[in-house]
Amino acid sequence: MKSKNNLKSYWETNIKYVIVLLLFWFTFSFLFGIILKDFLNEFSFAGFKLGFWFAQQGSIYVFVLLIFIYVRLMNNLDKKYGYKK
Amino acid sequence: MSIQTWTYIIVGITFSVYIGIAIWSRVQSTKEFYVAGGGVGAWANGMATAADWMSAASFISMAGIISFAGYDGAVYLMGWTGGYVLLALLLAPYLRKFGKFTVPDFIGERYYSNNARLVAVFCALLVSFTYVAGQMRGVGIVFSRFLEVDINTGVVIGMLIVLFYAVLGGMKGITYTQVAQYCVLIFAFMVPAIFISIQMTGNPIPQFGFGSQLSDGSSMYLLDKLDNLNVELGFNEYTENTKPLIDIFAITFALMVGTAGLPHVIVRFFTVKRVSDARKSAGIALLLIAILYTTAPAVAAFARTNLLETISNKSYSDIPQWFKKWENTGLIKFEDLNNDGMIGYSNNDSNELYVDRDIMVLANPEIANLPNWVVALVAAGGLAAALSTAAGLLLVISASVSHDLIKRVIYPEITDKGELIAARISAFFAVCIAGYFGINPPGFVAAVVALAFGLAAASFFPAIVMGIFYKKMNREGAIAGMLAGIGLMLFYMLKFKFDFFGGGDVEDYWFGISPEGFGTVAMLLNFIVSFLVMNFTSPTPEKIKDIVDNIRTPEYE
Repeated sequence: MKSKNNLKSYWETNIKYVIVLLLFWFTFSFLFGIILKDFLNEFSFAGFKLGFWFAQQGSIYVFVLLIFIYVRLMNNLDKKYGYKK
Repeated sequence: MSIQTWTYIIVGITFSVYIGIAIWSRVQSTKEFYVAGGGVGAWANGMATAADWMSAASFISMAGIISFAGYDGAVYLMGWTGGYVLLALLLAPYLRKFGKFTVPDFIGERYYSNNARLVAVFCALLVSFTYVAGQMRGVGIVFSRFLEVDINTGVVIGMLIVLFYAVLGGMKGITYTQVAQYCVLIFAFMVPAIFISIQMTGNPIPQFGFGSQLSDGSSMYLLDKLDNLNVELGFNEYTENTKPLIDIFAITFALMVGTAGLPHVIVRFFTVKRVSDARKSAGIALLLIAILYTTAPAVAAFARTNLLETISNKSYSDIPQWFKKWENTGLIKFEDLNNDGMIGYSNNDSNELYVDRDIMVLANPEIANLPNWVVALVAAGGLAAALSTAAGLLLVISASVSHDLIKRVIYPEITDKGELIAARISAFFAVCIAGYFGINPPGFVAAVVALAFGLAAASFFPAIVMGIFYKKMNREGAIAGMLAGIGLMLFYMLKFKFDFFGGGDVEDYWFGISPEGFGTVAMLLNFIVSFLVMNFTSPTPEKIKDIVDNIRTPEYE
């Protein structure tokens, strides 16, 4: 039964990571790029209106970053639970 | 050397590379044919996924569409990249661990039902055929514009090339040609973009040049200038939305979820060695895709500014050479309505200029006066983008037929060798059908591409996600959910795109959401129906719950 318990806590940590990362995913694209676009467009950032920048540039950089963070987190988790050396 | 000579040389070289790879990577077993033996490295798979994903539409049309849509173009930029986050976090590692060959395979086994498998096969075929027709057409168009051959001849040449490496090498051949095609297409996209960025803003990095000041001495910011030019001609400000934000939200969401649910993308993650490689290669794929996707909006803004400055309100007799050349292809049309000899471009009835969106990428090097070899490079890049996507789709089609229909349903006793022959024959027929649609494009192709994403969002995505994350989801729930999702999506599409069921206009859209974004609603319906039906039907067998546990556990390394 040890392995069942092991899997349970491994899985729960994984779900926690996924939820947090998806919150960032939503925030930087849908929230900053669309919902708050008009408000953020009042600010300027490196020659862009900020909302426009998130919609056409920033969100994409964040997406790439999020996946690599997840890769990192999961590799460590796999090691911790002995799935990976 | 002339543009044509350069094009023959560059396209010739790239095609020989593709054929060479095909001969090197012939396969002998179905495992090699469907998933390249499951031995592809993370980087190779990342590059192949990027090429697989970036189609003729991404390469040729997207920058042009953004150029005309301004801020609204963000639906494609976010929609077609954000889906990879969902793929990496929710789907790819688990499907790799599951370790079979196709998406219907997963649906069929997880929901212990051949009916579920058949629903999935139907969706996979519908989505893939819709998509592949557009790719073959793209090949034909590139050939006809750059090499001045007939579009149909172009389609046939493209068919022969794909046939060669898809039938011979299956997934293995496709993977390694896609790696080569990624290199060609990204180089071809970036070179003109960098040249133009330097010309317009002095900054060699298009992503930064996009937000820089113009180098024409005015020291005005490019985007401010573009906003002004747009407003002067009666268009919306470039950086503001034209569609309602709720629609932008829905379209972006549908495209993201649809991307994560497209079978030809998912299947790429069956080919890597380990679960951890599936996650890593999703990251690499998105990184490589992001190079093009963050450059495209810059190209769009440069091209729009260039176009408005060089031809709007200029005398037709002083117009540069490239304008006349592209006029011959019908992609630019000028009609002097008020007979003043000037090109009047505006957002109202007095507009005298028609510009096809594709021209923004295809003619951009000429508009910016770049050397001939750069123009030829764009042709090779467009072909690489179209061929790589077509090949990936054809493999999904042939695997759906030979593996999911023949091996799993109709004739389970078939030997591995027999199945491999069946796979090759179905690949052959799939290429022929795709070619037919490329030569005789049905008028509804553009309309149904949105449907492809909507269908993937409404069918595969919820079924797979629940299959992994929700053990209680059972056969009845999943099938009912998929049917409800597809049904609603088809209904909405037929009503608003084809005028069935009384038709309707923009005012009649449900919640203000266009058919392009309706996949979001159909996906929600899928989830709701699945839950309701699950509660009234028999629970998931224990055996299946064990399979789910197994999928959730990475292998020991």
